[in-house]
Amino acid sequence: MGSERRSWRDHPLVQLTLVRYREFYREPEAIFWVFLFPVLLTAGLGIAFRSRPPERTPVALVLRGAEDSALARRLAAADGLKLRLLSDSAAAQALRTGDVALVAAPGGGGIEYRYDPERPDARTARLLVDAAVQRAAGRTDPVATSERPVREAGARYVDFVVPGLLGMNLMGSGIWGIGFAVVDARRKHLLKRLVATPMSRAQYLASFVLSRLTFLILEVLVLLGFAVLAFGVPVRGSLLFLGAICLVSALTFASLGLLIAARPRTVEGVSGLMNVVMLPMWILSGVFFSSARFPDAVQPLIRALPLTAVIDALRATMLRGAGPGQLLPELAVIAIWLVGSFLLAMRLFRWR
Amino acid sequence: MPAAAPLVLRQLRKSYGDVIAVDGLDLDVRPGECFGLLGPNGAGKTTTIEICEGLTAPDSGEVEVLGRRWGRHDRELRELLGISLQETQFSEKLTVGETVGLFRSFYARGSDADRVIDLVQLGEKARARVGQLSGGQRQRLALACALVGDPELLFLDEPTTGLDPQSRRQLWELIERFRAGGRSILLTTHYMDEAERLCDRVAIVDHGRVIAEGTPRELIASLGAEHVLEFAVADGERLDADALAAVPGIGQPSRRDGTWRLQVAELHQAMPALLGELRRQGAQLAELRTHSATLEDVFVTLTGRQLRGE
Ligand SMILES: Nc1ncnc2c1ncn2[C@@H]1O[C@H](COP(=O)(O)OP(=O)(O)OP(=O)(O)O)[C@@H](O)[C@H]1O
Ligand SMILES: [Mg+2]
Repeated sequence: MGSERRSWRDHPLVQLTLVRYREFYREPEAIFWVFLFPVLLTAGLGIAFRSRPPERTPVALVLRGAEDSALARRLAAADGLKLRLLSDSAAAQALRTGDVALVAAPGGGGIEYRYDPERPDARTARLLVDAAVQRAAGRTDPVATSERPVREAGARYVDFVVPGLLGMNLMGSGIWGIGFAVVDARRKHLLKRLVATPMSRAQYLASFVLSRLTFLILEVLVLLGFAVLAFGVPVRGSLLFLGAICLVSALTFASLGLLIAARPRTVEGVSGLMNVVMLPMWILSGVFFSSARFPDAVQPLIRALPLTAVIDALRATMLRGAGPGQLLPELAVIAIWLVGSFLLAMRLFRWR
Repeated sequence: MPAAAPLVLRQLRKSYGDVIAVDGLDLDVRPGECFGLLGPNGAGKTTTIEICEGLTAPDSGEVEVLGRRWGRHDRELRELLGISLQETQFSEKLTVGETVGLFRSFYARGSDADRVIDLVQLGEKARARVGQLSGGQRQRLALACALVGDPELLFLDEPTTGLDPQSRRQLWELIERFRAGGRSILLTTHYMDEAERLCDRVAIVDHGRVIAEGTPRELIASLGAEHVLEFAVADGERLDADALAAVPGIGQPSRRDGTWRLQVAELHQAMPALLGELRRQGAQLAELRTHSATLEDVFVTLTGRQLRGE
């Protein structure tokens, strides 16, 4: 009658983990939120804040006679300026509406600059126009200068935001993925039914963590791959170390997800708790802008949040090429959250 | 040495705050028998069976399952018990086959998952998602998950509640087949026909205590009457209960919601006598019914209440 265990596929941990996969990929919405949404967000932010060629400042020149055409040619050729030739009144109108930053009008034997000194671009325009005017009149510079433009990947907004999005995604999929599944099983009395079998409770919880680790690899590859290929976001630190940070972060957020899901009996209850936990981190942990902008008084609190530590570590590794030695405080914060929330979750977990 | 009794409960007590769910309950289930806990809503059936299943701790009392005790032999007991809870929703996104396969993986010894699925007649649905099953099919899935560990003792909490008559009969056949294998069953129900059909012995539970115990036949026989006679008289008419009770062959009459209820041993003698007495009192019959006595009548006689809240 009783048959013995056959293959590795019949091991309870394998079966439980398979359940996690099946429940995940049979829910198309989950696939969108976990994989596609972060990519769309990265694409949107990357395009919105892409670096543009330096802008040319519009200026107007009021022509009086034929002798000004040499000046006009000189100005038109100058870097950083967009020249318009206008009559006196049209120039005044353009200046008033902000269509040009500066009007240059010959007058009183020299040239008169009309501009609003409060406008930075107007002040820049004045310097550029004046240099062109003086050189057109034969000024020579006493010191020879040359220029070498430097445009560094890593200093753009998209470079800043991708580690933030990666951290946010690790947190969201860990907490959402585990929290809802656990509370749903509790609400349906499925947890109670499972502990009525010889199933090991540790293996049940381990199946969540294991499945998270597999999804993690896909999530990170999809988001990071997209950011590198589409926007050239740099990964300066070691890939191995970056992978290790992602792995430990995923474990930390999985534990936090288990802790959040340890008690609630309803989906509403657990969603509220998730929002309470995640909302402050979305705002404070520096996903979209640097957390250094918050007052000094709250900085210790912000540093202690797991998402801050994760994002800071990811950012430092990707953009600065930092290694484990430089990230000890961040790694310590992540480890403390990992161990602390896992142990607390075990103590508080409501099985029936 | 004879096999250990499947289940022994002594002076079991459990309360939730002010509510006493189980109030000094004793029970013995013998090897190979199907034992039924019969009682109305809130009688304490689920609390009792979940204490036996090791899911709820009693406040006091003794529980011995298959000669073992919770707290000492948990792991062993979990391997030996098959359990179906009153309300479990299995994951809707898994198929029947995957669900039974999952439960099979928890047991060191057990039956082949496909065989159990065929046994509960879900073979055609093995690849269907649980979310697409009917109520009866879900109950059979729950039974399959309870059976897949090849249990010595099966606990079924209201296995057929909410099902249509055909699905109920189908489940009864499956339960009978399991019992025919020589294993023991404890089930709860508030259908007296279910208890009469399936159970070798039943305990009638009310307010957390056993108020009667025996085979369904014994319990019905204890009424001292084979039949129950119910009648109503035209509106506003009053009857002399004492005179009614004096009619030969009729037990103590009781009245509920305008319907009189009598227990009768010999229907063919009691009926003419009753009609004669009613004529003598000048009462006009509005309604008259008889049925063979059931466990329901045992319950009504013991408590003065109906088993199932109408
Ligand atoms: N977890 C609980 N917390 C508080 N009260 C409870 C709890 N479980 C049961 N009770 C109460 O204990 C009493 C017995 O409940 P139980 O579920 O055992 O009854 P039952 O016989 O199974 O009823 P039903 O036929 O409706 O399933 C009820 O009054 C119920 O309200
Ligand atoms: Mg119940």
